[in-house]
Amino acid sequence: MHGIRPRQKVTQADWNGYMAARAERAQDEMLKRFFSTPMPDPETPLSEVPMVALDMETTGLDERRHGIVSIGVVPFTLGRIPMAQRRYWVVKPPRPLDEASIAYHHITHSEVADAPDLDGVLDELLAVLAGRIVVVHFRNIERPFLDAAVKARRGEGVLFPMIDTMSLEARLHRQTLWARFRRWLGRPPVSIRLNASRERYGLPPYQGHHALVDALATAELLQAQIANRYSPDTPLKAVWC
Amino acid sequence: MDVELLEIRQHMGQFPPFDGLSDELLDAIAEQVEVSYFKTDSDILTLNDTLNELCYIRSGAVEVYRRQGELYNRLGEGDIFGHFSLLRNHKVRFPAKAIEDTLIYFIPDAVFQRLCEEDDDFADFVELERPRLETAAEQQKKSNDMMVTRIRKLVTRYPVMVESTTSVQQAAKQIIDAQASAVLVINEGSNNPRYSFQDSEGKTWQMCGILTDSDFRTRVVAEGLSPSTPIGEVISERLITIQSDASVYEAMLTMLRSNVHHLPVLYRQRPVGVVHLSDIIRYETHSGLYLVSNIFNQSSAQGLAKLAPDVRAAFVRMVQEGANSQMVGSALSTIGRSFTRRLLELAEDTLGPPPVPYCYMVNGSMARNEQSIVTDQDNALILSDDFVPEEHDEYFHALAAFVSDGLAACGYTYCKGDVMATNRQWRQPLAVWKRYFQDWMANPTPEKLLHSSIFFDLDSIYGEDLFVETLQDLIAQTAPKSPLFLAAMARNALNRTPPLGFFRTFVMEKDGKHNNSINLKRRGTAPMVDLIRVHALACGSKAQNSFQRLDDISKTQLLATGVSDKLSYALEFLCMSRIRHQMIDLQEERVPDNNIEPENVEDSERHTLKDAFQVLSNAQKFLKFRYPVPTQRQGR
Repeated sequence: MHGIRPRQKVTQADWNGYMAARAERAQDEMLKRFFSTPMPDPETPLSEVPMVALDMETTGLDERRHGIVSIGVVPFTLGRIPMAQRRYWVVKPPRPLDEASIAYHHITHSEVADAPDLDGVLDELLAVLAGRIVVVHFRNIERPFLDAAVKARRGEGVLFPMIDTMSLEARLHRQTLWARFRRWLGRPPVSIRLNASRERYGLPPYQGHHALVDALATAELLQAQIANRYSPDTPLKAVWC
Repeated sequence: MDVELLEIRQHMGQFPPFDGLSDELLDAIAEQVEVSYFKTDSDILTLNDTLNELCYIRSGAVEVYRRQGELYNRLGEGDIFGHFSLLRNHKVRFPAKAIEDTLIYFIPDAVFQRLCEEDDDFADFVELERPRLETAAEQQKKSNDMMVTRIRKLVTRYPVMVESTTSVQQAAKQIIDAQASAVLVINEGSNNPRYSFQDSEGKTWQMCGILTDSDFRTRVVAEGLSPSTPIGEVISERLITIQSDASVYEAMLTMLRSNVHHLPVLYRQRPVGVVHLSDIIRYETHSGLYLVSNIFNQSSAQGLAKLAPDVRAAFVRMVQEGANSQMVGSALSTIGRSFTRRLLELAEDTLGPPPVPYCYMVNGSMARNEQSIVTDQDNALILSDDFVPEEHDEYFHALAAFVSDGLAACGYTYCKGDVMATNRQWRQPLAVWKRYFQDWMANPTPEKLLHSSIFFDLDSIYGEDLFVETLQDLIAQTAPKSPLFLAAMARNALNRTPPLGFFRTFVMEKDGKHNNSINLKRRGTAPMVDLIRVHALACGSKAQNSFQRLDDISKTQLLATGVSDKLSYALEFLCMSRIRHQMIDLQEERVPDNNIEPENVEDSERHTLKDAFQVLSNAQKFLKFRYPVPTQRQGR
């Protein structure tokens, strides 16, 4: 894995090359299939990009100490989010749940007790993600957790391009001149959390912290962001990371 | 049930028609939903696109248009659209556009079809207009109230009729053979239009009396008359009858007041049966409506005025007991008529007998038997042609004023348009009334008819019924042949239009504007009644009640098949909605009015009202097309 420190180094322009290189080197059968599934070209207009919204509930925020508890995915396009294709898994984290995290995502000991290890659902999960652009809200959870969890089980991690609806919101509300001016005035920054972001686009509030509900909420948010701030013709490379 | 679908199914489960679905069906929908976001001003459905999904508004607002771009409906959270297309050719008939940022749940056709098949209420809901109105109207339908049941329902067979030259013995035999308890006595030929009728061979007969079981005892046997005495010699001069469309209650009161136990029932002037007090008692229910008999027991106008709260109480109870609009309208009209009659009796007691015969005519809702609790008085006097103003008008003016003031005291406010017998213009001999009607029909302008259309609902409630019948006949003969008159009436019937429907807590107008409340009479029942009147005039119907008029209209080719049923359901629902809201007003101790506030309208009522408005709106469009202004005046 020399030279790859993805959290810092992977950049937009590299994605197709990176995926091809990983496909070459992958030892694990499933990962090889995953990386060799063709990705949309960076120039593809968003309206033609197959996407999949992904959300995970975890026992904490640090992928080295905490584990994944549940995963929700909904494949979708800019036009439609078909609920019939949704998938949802509860998995058993390597370390036991603590009470605080139970209160947070409502998944209990007993549910987790009967759940399989992530390794048991990984093939199904990667099959859904393969060939689609993954859409998350705040990539710094999903990306490192999935990478670390896969690396622990298969000896090599997974990295792939993502569209991060939170960073799209940040571009609008945190990085503009206006946002910097507001900060200079000492005003609190605009919230770019999932529900607050959705509210700005007239999207209804959902009961949060369920991986599949949040995945659906993220997919809807992306549709709203593209409709309002970008265009269906915007190339994929303008929003992925 | 997957927890993750709760968001979707819980939302849908709050809104009709999904609120009545089984959990299993709700899950089936949530499973298959496809979600899509539409920003403000973006198109959701485009005309003639293929549509294979039902659209459900999860959040936001949508406007639906007609082909020509006219606003059809504005919808909000929980509303559905696209079902018309799914039920037909899957082509978008009504394009839809997001007017706010909107989230749509698309429900695939297969799921939609399954819902229609497995849930009747859902199927009723999405099927256009008729069934929903029909269901709503039928749910309200319960009959058997004595106040609204017409006496003709109690007539089970033709009356036994004998000529006046028949011997009493022969007559008695006929009664026994027919197992009847009375016989009607008739004479050939007639010099008086009263009680005269033609038989199937075109012979004219006149009914001159009735002889009952007890009359045989008192008038024949007790008097020691021979069995060969002609029956004409023993009958009394006094003949008490009732019209076949009078209510059972009225029949009973007539019997009580006149102390008779048999009533010949007439259709116009022809006897169609005889009812006996026992028929009525058998029919009587525990309606507890002593109100009407109470009215006739009052000896002064002040006493009558004290009964006003009882009228409101009777109204509330009737609605609570599930009466439909026809029952309520008819009962309130019966009460109003009784007040008027009693006041006329009291006036005659005070002023003495009338110098010439007269007929007290009512117009508008009372004539139609469609009175509501919020009503004013519309009445007029038709006087005998022997009327001499200088000698007689003082009497009739005093009579009219007595009744009018008395009615006002009982809660029937004075007519704002001054359509009252106190107005000299509306207190005229029959000949003048005929000229009025002839002029309205021969030289109509919409302006002239604006204030006189109320006279085209007319009924007699006291005195010489024949005067009003003469006018009814005149109208029925002339109106169908007067295209210009019909065109003018049709134009006036379009002056008041329904709103589009409701949106959130507002009433939606066709131009997209919002209002906080709606006058359901002005925007619903009244234009509907106007419209029905035009068709009724065109087909020469003599019925006054809108529902009966629709029955007559449906026997003609004036309207396409099924349209009169649709109108009838829509009118029933509009009337019932108005009645329900007036009851709510009374229960909450507010002054009842004709306004309804959208926040008080339940979801299901909203949708049905919207359908009813739509039926009215379509019928108005047809009216314009059906009665165009003729290019040439007829008969000139």
